[in-house]
Amino acid sequence: MPTPWARTTGSRLPATSTETTVRASPPAGGGGRTRSAASASAWDGRLRWLPLLPALIYVVLVTQVPFLLTIYYSLFNWNLLRPGNPEFAGAQNYLTVATDPSIRTALFNTVLLTVLAVGISVVLGVAIALLLNKEIFGKGVLRTLMIGPFLVMPVAGALIWKDTLLNPIFGLVGWLLSPIGLGRVDWVSQFPMATIVTIEVWRWTPFMMLIVLAGLQSQNLEVLEAAGVDGANALQTLRYITLPFIRPFVELGALLGSLFIVQTFDSIFMTTQGGPGEATTNLPFLLYLVAFQGFDIGKASAIGVIAVILTMIVATFALRTLFTIFHVEARR
Amino acid sequence: MSRAVTVAKAGQGRSKVGWSALAWLVAFVFFFPVLWMMLEALKTESQAASIPPTIFFVPTLTEFQEVLSRDFPPFFINSAVATIGSTLLVIVLGLPAAYALSIRPVAQARDVLFFFISTRFLPFAASLVPLYLLARDLQLLDNVFALILIYTTINLPLGVWLLRSFLLELPNELFEAARVDGAGFWRELTSIVLPLITPGLAATCLICLIFAWNEFFYAVNFTSSVAATTPIFLVGFISGRGLFYAKLAAAATLASLPVLLAGWFAQKQLIRGLTMGAVK
Amino acid sequence: MANESNRSPRRARGAPRLQHMRLLSLVATFLAAAACTPGAGGGTGGSTQTITLAAVDNPQMEDLQKLVPDFQKAHPDIQVKIVILPENQLRQQVTEDVATKSGRYDLFTIGTYEVPIWAKNGWIENLAPYIQKSSSYAPDDLIPGVAKALTYNSNLYAVPFYGESSMLMYRKDLLQAAGVTLSQKPTWDEVAAAAQKVNNPAKGVSGICLRGLPGWGEQLAPLDTVVNTFGGRWFDQNWQPQLTSPNFKAAVSFYVNLIKTAGEPGAASAGFTECLTAYNGGKVAMWYDATVGASNFTGDAAANSGYAFAPTKIKPYSGWLWAWSLSVPSTSKKKDAAWTFASWATSKDYIQLVGTKLGWNHVPPGTRTSTYSIADYKKVAGGFAQITLDSIANADVNHPTVDPVPYIGVQYVGIPEFQQLGDQVSQQFAAVIAGTATLDDALARAQQLADAVGKNYRK
Repeated sequence: MPTPWARTTGSRLPATSTETTVRASPPAGGGGRTRSAASASAWDGRLRWLPLLPALIYVVLVTQVPFLLTIYYSLFNWNLLRPGNPEFAGAQNYLTVATDPSIRTALFNTVLLTVLAVGISVVLGVAIALLLNKEIFGKGVLRTLMIGPFLVMPVAGALIWKDTLLNPIFGLVGWLLSPIGLGRVDWVSQFPMATIVTIEVWRWTPFMMLIVLAGLQSQNLEVLEAAGVDGANALQTLRYITLPFIRPFVELGALLGSLFIVQTFDSIFMTTQGGPGEATTNLPFLLYLVAFQGFDIGKASAIGVIAVILTMIVATFALRTLFTIFHVEARR
Repeated sequence: MSRAVTVAKAGQGRSKVGWSALAWLVAFVFFFPVLWMMLEALKTESQAASIPPTIFFVPTLTEFQEVLSRDFPPFFINSAVATIGSTLLVIVLGLPAAYALSIRPVAQARDVLFFFISTRFLPFAASLVPLYLLARDLQLLDNVFALILIYTTINLPLGVWLLRSFLLELPNELFEAARVDGAGFWRELTSIVLPLITPGLAATCLICLIFAWNEFFYAVNFTSSVAATTPIFLVGFISGRGLFYAKLAAAATLASLPVLLAGWFAQKQLIRGLTMGAVK
Repeated sequence: MANESNRSPRRARGAPRLQHMRLLSLVATFLAAAACTPGAGGGTGGSTQTITLAAVDNPQMEDLQKLVPDFQKAHPDIQVKIVILPENQLRQQVTEDVATKSGRYDLFTIGTYEVPIWAKNGWIENLAPYIQKSSSYAPDDLIPGVAKALTYNSNLYAVPFYGESSMLMYRKDLLQAAGVTLSQKPTWDEVAAAAQKVNNPAKGVSGICLRGLPGWGEQLAPLDTVVNTFGGRWFDQNWQPQLTSPNFKAAVSFYVNLIKTAGEPGAASAGFTECLTAYNGGKVAMWYDATVGASNFTGDAAANSGYAFAPTKIKPYSGWLWAWSLSVPSTSKKKDAAWTFASWATSKDYIQLVGTKLGWNHVPPGTRTSTYSIADYKKVAGGFAQITLDSIANADVNHPTVDPVPYIGVQYVGIPEFQQLGDQVSQQFAAVIAGTATLDDALARAQQLADAVGKNYRK
């Protein structure tokens, strides 16, 4: 097996054509790194845990402790704007939250935004990756241009979209569309969710594209040529060989993208501030509103706890899929 | 085979131009807002807000100068400190953890990895208030160190995951030899592993850098004056006196420049990082 | 990259340990330096104190920033650090700060909304003792209406930096061309008719610019004055919400329809800034907004603007009252230094300084009666100075509506919950303006939201 660090880039060339798929589920058995018997004893036991501890303790401290505090605060009736000691309220905050239509709207918006943004950017990303994988001029430059939206600061990007592109009076989009009579449309206010989805798709399509493109470029060229020899045309090759091959990459991109898009805050904050009405208020934004506009700590904490529980349920499913996508097995 | 290849090659010339044109169009559409941002920054205010838009103009750096004269450097420095600090901390904490996780039996490693990644799924706003109150009590409000700690938390899960996948690429023989040699853990890590996964480290650092530099939510809530970072500078630029497009674009360009440059020059590392090392 | 597998793993014992120690110490030093760096909140050495002022981002504040060197010349022992933020952010940060007693600021700009509430909570300093000690401050020179709004229990808890009411601004040339004249105290019906006549979307000119941007301090400011003058109110004396009452509904309906038929495009995201830009660019012929807007006119707009009092319907004098004021949080450890700066920035001398150094149109309006006697100022602000002064004088935070109300505030409801309530309700109305919701639905939801808040006060 060629040494990995001697290679710079390029595709792997697996021994047989059946290995064109990325390594799938981990081996059934243990699969830890084996050791020579002599040194095995030195590494068994608790000593192996040690290097893991700093990171683990750190994460526990900074994420779990505040979460426990969040649970604690959620049991109190505590509004920062009305000073005086917070009174114990038990599950009252949860009841308020459960009956509050804003929560349902926020949940719905979160799901809608995530599904739309991830779905569209995946489709676009795959399409553009296929396009960039062809024989064309200036691939490197094209790729450089394409990753621009992903690198630009989200706050900056949202401002440029809102003020210079989508502004109904001074915006470029308005000017471009005025010949067909859509010149004075207030995109941000009349189509708020579409605006946010557009901005997120603009930002994340390059991300999807990069992942899928990398997958495409790691395809076994021999397999593709063999298919051509067998008489398959471009479309059939695409459908039966390429797409299945990149499926793990697409799934990876979709999962990672969802992880980030579900937490969208910057673009909503900078463009619609959650509105009009509650049209673009998603869960993170709602939390921000309740905690830092209403200063209702108790209620915000209750919402936070519920959000975390829901996220954990979704994450469990998502991560299980993620783990089967690519190599979680350790050394053989 | 030769006839099919010849025919294919003849058609390739024509379709190459066609596909290239399409590809360039698509790339242009995606890149356009970034390009527009940079162009607007080089115009004067009246040119920047003109309808129809000004395409041909003499570029000027006056708006950039105006932005820089608005006391931009401290924000920039704060961002740099928070970003570099948290990235370093992620490496220091994450590398040993990733290493330990790469030699562990699969089932336990998977559980720990799951835990790490799950923290990244947590909605940040949920723990904002307790963190804020904690920071207040620890005198860490408006302190760059608080941002370093928070950004480390945000990036650590991804960092551990990435580093682990890079570590898995190294062959066993290396470690066998070291172990037979009697190398201790730290020696193994620093003298053998570290030099070999430098590209993987670079990829991890780049990803951490991007997310830390662009982070807005915590920055805006935990800092006010002394430790304010670049995104906050940008937001503070929304003047109450009028929409100054050129200045806004200049500020936006300056704010995005470091990450843009880093990503562009280290594209290969970026891709390695994004694909989690699944593809080299 | 060199093929390292050829290198023997045998190394000198000392080298790797040193390597990793160096890396760790480097990281540790870096982190320690980072932790120590931003502690510069207060200079501990010597007698220099640094005060931090959180200010809203309007032109008057930017002028103040420019003149800080003058202050420091007179007071070399006080360093002033100004943090300028957009209104929403400023408000959130400052409220967070005082509510959690974080003590990040020594001075901040807050409005007439916050002062009575925060004074009651003991979050800001009673400035009466400081004023008494200062011989040259002349607190009686402060415009009475403004001073009253910043008073709690007969004591001043903040000093006004600039004050404003609302008025109608219009392009005399555009109105003349359309054959429209307006009286100095127009009714809303007059204004609506005028706006329809001047409205010319084909030429890219809208009749009137009215704020639609969600936010209790953005859209609701002008909208509430319309509600008040139509005879509506937010709550009755029993804290029952009145948002679905006929007067309230008529007011909102009028406002929304005026925007839809003769208002600027993109109204649902147009705030003060957007309307100002549009007015200056000649894209709207009329603008109902803060009196301070007129100080920012440029070009054609500056040369051709006429001014009228805030339009009315049932209740006369419907202009709002707002003053950005400097206040000292109780958590500050440098209250004397903060007061020194605050009194300087709101003194008669400061007004003179701004006028002579930056131009008389930069003078912060609406704080001191003496400002309106300065000849140079009157020359520059002639058109609107008197209307501003009269509007402020006739705006009464204690009696803003036709029917009695249990709250104070002209364009807001002076309760802590109003920030969130106002924001949420204005979002509902923005949806109506954008055409994505019906007025009845929006009012019903708004009534629900207000009811939840009213409940807290009914017990």
